[in-house]
Amino acid sequence: MSFLSNLISGLSLGSIYALIALGYTMVYGIAKMLNFAHGDVIMVGAFTVIVAVNSMGLPAVLGIVLSVLICVVMGVTIERIAYKPLRSSPPLSVLITAIGVSYFLQSLALIIFGSTQKSFPKVFNMEPVHLGELTIKGESIETLVVTTAIMIGLTLFINKTKMGKAMRAVSEDRAAAELMGISVNKTITVTFAIGSALASVAGLFFGATYGFIGPYTGSMPGIKAFVAAVFGGIGSIPGAMLGGILLGVIENLAKAYISTELSDAIVFGVLVLVLCLKPTGLLGKKINEKV
Amino acid sequence: MLKVENINVYYGQIHAIKDVSFEVHEGEIVSLIGANGAGKSTILKTISGLLRSKTGHITFKGEDISKTEAYKLVPKGLAHVPEGRRIFLQMTVKENLEMGAYTKGENMAEDIESVYNHFPRLRERQNQIAGTLSGGEQQMLAMGRAMMSHPDLLILDEPSMGLAPILVQGIFDIIKEFHKMGTTILLVEQNAEMALSIADRAYVLESGRVVLTGTGEELKASDQIKKAYLGGN
Ligand SMILES: Nc1ncnc2c1ncn2[C@@H]1O[C@H](COP(=O)(O)OP(=O)(O)OP(=O)(O)O)[C@@H](O)[C@H]1O
Ligand SMILES: [Mg+2]
Repeated sequence: MSFLSNLISGLSLGSIYALIALGYTMVYGIAKMLNFAHGDVIMVGAFTVIVAVNSMGLPAVLGIVLSVLICVVMGVTIERIAYKPLRSSPPLSVLITAIGVSYFLQSLALIIFGSTQKSFPKVFNMEPVHLGELTIKGESIETLVVTTAIMIGLTLFINKTKMGKAMRAVSEDRAAAELMGISVNKTITVTFAIGSALASVAGLFFGATYGFIGPYTGSMPGIKAFVAAVFGGIGSIPGAMLGGILLGVIENLAKAYISTELSDAIVFGVLVLVLCLKPTGLLGKKINEKV
Repeated sequence: MLKVENINVYYGQIHAIKDVSFEVHEGEIVSLIGANGAGKSTILKTISGLLRSKTGHITFKGEDISKTEAYKLVPKGLAHVPEGRRIFLQMTVKENLEMGAYTKGENMAEDIESVYNHFPRLRERQNQIAGTLSGGEQQMLAMGRAMMSHPDLLILDEPSMGLAPILVQGIFDIIKEFHKMGTTILLVEQNAEMALSIADRAYVLESGRVVLTGTGEELKASDQIKKAYLGGN
């Protein structure tokens, strides 16, 4: 039974990674850049909930809405100010800029909130569920329900809506998409908005699961989600979901049965192994170079 | 319909297009021919806003479009089938057609139906991933996709590239058909023979310059054209 409960908390952790990984993979697929500041959006989202609920006394729901809004505005603004001017610059310049943005957000949080971690408000009050000997934490259930709904919604959006199809078109061939009348800039803006909204939701569940948030809280889940995106095949949306969930499960099982200290090393070891066997990641597509 | 005046296009230090001017009148089929690297695709990309000229003007239906962003030209009535087709290989045939009508929105089903009537092969394969189509089918899809926006001017960059002779004939028949429906056509071709036989007028390019112009008939009879076609200097 404890295996099952470890598995479920792994799934729940993994679905948080998946939400973050989706932002990485969509931005990579559409804007062709690695947004290393993406992890810090999680931290900003979580701090927004803390300020709204703990300091301003707003109800949790409002705090969550505010957090999503602020993250979306921030993500779109960062893209406009920091990345858009570099649209035709070498990838390395963009990467370094993204790392700069990441440090900027962390330092800003350090100035505003100080280095001690702040406790995250209790936004979810669901009681643990007991099934025979198995106990499932309320947060796990809520995380799984919400993330599953988001992933289904996102899949439908990408596959069925006009904007979603335009995003796939831009990700495949930017110039050809432009020739169809699709505004690449607008598509990229929407991508950053969606990615940041997902990151803020991830921040919420992350805060609810771990209880404390500091200026550097976003970087580790950010890196792991990036790993998850690569693991699943960077640029692939189902890949990011699968990669994130597998990563969470592997991490949790490694913690429970092998070693807490080694769990991260094991996670990265599995990634290296998968990439050796399948360099494009689990669901990554081979770049089609048909002329 | 389209007026290109004195454009100069650079790739970094490379001066690819030198003082090129030409015109396409409403209802015409105009062809640009020239050897590999002469600058044909560069000119087309400049017209459709993917590249910028340092000088001169490009006027489409009386409006200066030299600085207009590429994506804004489709609703103005310009469609460009780029070199190498550039269909969305990971999307289905039908989704590719939908992308062609991205800026239009209305009568989508009818327009798709009309493309299927022109290219019955595409109807059979409408839910197939475009990357699995044959080269000829991909070219049909690229042309059908461009027609989805009902362009006034259709720009075609080497539509016969890589196709077997029978298919080349088919593609040219379709071009004539689109032309009869009232579409003005700017056609770039390696296959000068074919291009000149359907073009009202043509311009011959060499190393980024227009070196010769005339009606399709005139150029077909000229010796110089053979030189350009064979890649002479
Ligand atoms: N992206 C680029 N960077 C640098 N030079 C380029 C680029 N694209 C084209 N060129 C150069 O510009 C010139 C014109 O190229 P362009 O593609 O317009 O030729 P083309 O007439 O279409 O040839 P083809 O018949 O082979 O398609 C060539 O000398 C080419 O090498
Ligand atoms: Mg060319």
